[in-house]
Amino acid sequence: MRREGSPWRGFNVVFFRELFDHLTSVRMLVLQFLVLLFGAAVVYFAAEQIRNTTAEDPFLFLRLFSPPGQTLLSFVVVLSILVPIIAIGLGFDSVNGEYNRRTMSRILAQPIYRDALLFGKFAAGIATLTIALITLWLLVMGFGLIRLGIPPNGEEIGRLGMFLLVTVFYAGVWLALAMLFSILFRSTATAALVALGLWLFLTLLWPAMAQLFGEAISPSDYRFTLLGLPTPATLAWQQGLARLSPGTLYGEVVVAMLSPDAQSMTTLLAQFQGRLGSPLPLGESILAAWPQMVGLIAGTIVLYVIGYICFQRQEVRA
Amino acid sequence: MSDNVVEANGLTKRYGANTAVDGVSFTVGRGEIFGLLGPNGAGKTTTILMMLGLTEVTAGTVSVLGYDPQRNPLEVKRVVGYLPDTVGFYDHMTAIDNLRYTAALIGIPSAERDTRIAAALDRVGLPDAGRQRVGTFSRGMRQRLGLAEILMKEVSVAILDEPTSGLDPHATSELLETIRSLKRDGVAVLLSSHLLERVQSVCDRVALFNAGKIALMGTVPDLARQVLGGGYHVDVEADGAGLAEKLAAVPGVRKVDTIGAGRYRLLSEGDVRPQAAAAVVHAGGALRRLSVEEPSLDAIYNRYFQTHSHEVPHAA
Repeated sequence: MRREGSPWRGFNVVFFRELFDHLTSVRMLVLQFLVLLFGAAVVYFAAEQIRNTTAEDPFLFLRLFSPPGQTLLSFVVVLSILVPIIAIGLGFDSVNGEYNRRTMSRILAQPIYRDALLFGKFAAGIATLTIALITLWLLVMGFGLIRLGIPPNGEEIGRLGMFLLVTVFYAGVWLALAMLFSILFRSTATAALVALGLWLFLTLLWPAMAQLFGEAISPSDYRFTLLGLPTPATLAWQQGLARLSPGTLYGEVVVAMLSPDAQSMTTLLAQFQGRLGSPLPLGESILAAWPQMVGLIAGTIVLYVIGYICFQRQEVRA
Repeated sequence: MSDNVVEANGLTKRYGANTAVDGVSFTVGRGEIFGLLGPNGAGKTTTILMMLGLTEVTAGTVSVLGYDPQRNPLEVKRVVGYLPDTVGFYDHMTAIDNLRYTAALIGIPSAERDTRIAAALDRVGLPDAGRQRVGTFSRGMRQRLGLAEILMKEVSVAILDEPTSGLDPHATSELLETIRSLKRDGVAVLLSSHLLERVQSVCDRVALFNAGKIALMGTVPDLARQVLGGGYHVDVEADGAGLAEKLAAVPGVRKVDTIGAGRYRLLSEGDVRPQAAAAVVHAGGALRRLSVEEPSLDAIYNRYFQTHSHEVPHAA
């Protein structure tokens, strides 16, 4: 049966209220403070490291975000850990919170569709994250300008802009996931724990498990092992499995964007095929990371749609 | 066009094998207060949700002011106000901010918003609480804030689900007064409750729900005649010979039960105490006690479910 009336009716009302709520909430303040604290520390160390090296480097500004040789103390790593936490923090009680406060049936008795409510909440979450990330990004850039004393060149700005955009997509995946759990579980605590648990699993355990599974599905060929090289088929399986984790996808895009000269997992294959790793131009980097970016966006859409369908079928009565 | 604002026809809702509402039909006229009464789990709230288009109808039709809630829920929800059984608000926001949010969702022009909110809060007796956060509100105040939302919405139909549950007697009578004032404005009110005696006084017509079906429907006196066979019980205690026959001869008395030595229970269509007293005195009897029980929904309800007890798993 076709329903009449626009599904967008009331969207902007929900959007602006949720946005206002997020931006003024203590929760968001604490999370922002956390990012600022960690971010300030690592960016400071990165800047010191850059100031102490005298070697010529065409991408000095990028090093501020991901210092070479640093796997833990970099702004990128801090973001890749904290962005999921913020996204989950914003989304884990968005739908079940309305049920628990018993506001859901009252709000849905107003002339709006559920579409507007859910999408308004999602869009407000994304907007909040975008505002927070842009603020942080600008802070780091400003700090870099002052501390390093050189402006970033055009390509660096382009790369950092793409990095910012991809970070928003990455946050979107986790926000959609957290909202899905807030639809599936009536208890906010359960939704938060399941979301955080899945995040921990995908971030800490899954990369190692992907290695194991890849080896099990397609065992290494001893001819390659003898040469100290990974077997291409095994490597492909391991990479494919590891990329089920949004963290892996994000990491690969970040490497492509911020370390144009580094040998990422993608360039490792290229190198294996006989190409040499040399700094890629921005366009090439975007092309190289394009599948991963699409993967992040697609993941967000798929998770949102699953949540949308579940929400539409849900009974209003608690 | 008929004067009915709500028309339900064979409305049915099934959850899997479980039938929550089973072929319910009723109409509500303009400015009428219609009570949906029955024990918990009898299908009252499900019926209400189907009328609002908040849950899908398995079979049957319902229309609210000519709109089909399944096809055009937005139009229905524009003209219908709904007070859920446990109404919730955003606790960290003030009462006025809560209402402003709903007003924006309804689409009330921003120029009118604040005056309509102030007027509604005034009418439910919360004129000074508007700037307080709802977190500090008592249950009765939340209930009144919910009513203020409906008043602000200027609806044609108000649906109130268990509005009196959990309220103290004073708050209840205030709430019932507000409901009467809605009726005076020409608003049709649907009221669901399991507390019969509280709503009896305001309802023009009632429908008694039982296990998903409407067991009885009509005005309270109608139902009393139907179920209780008259409705008034007059208890007479008197000594004397042949009083039962004399009492049975009193006009309006349907039946006389002799409950004990000198104790009679009359079933009548009205209050026949004077006539009964006269009959006892004429027969030379000594009247010791005379009392009357007016027909109450409780009595109708209990009697009905006593006679249909096999249908009720857990009558409230």
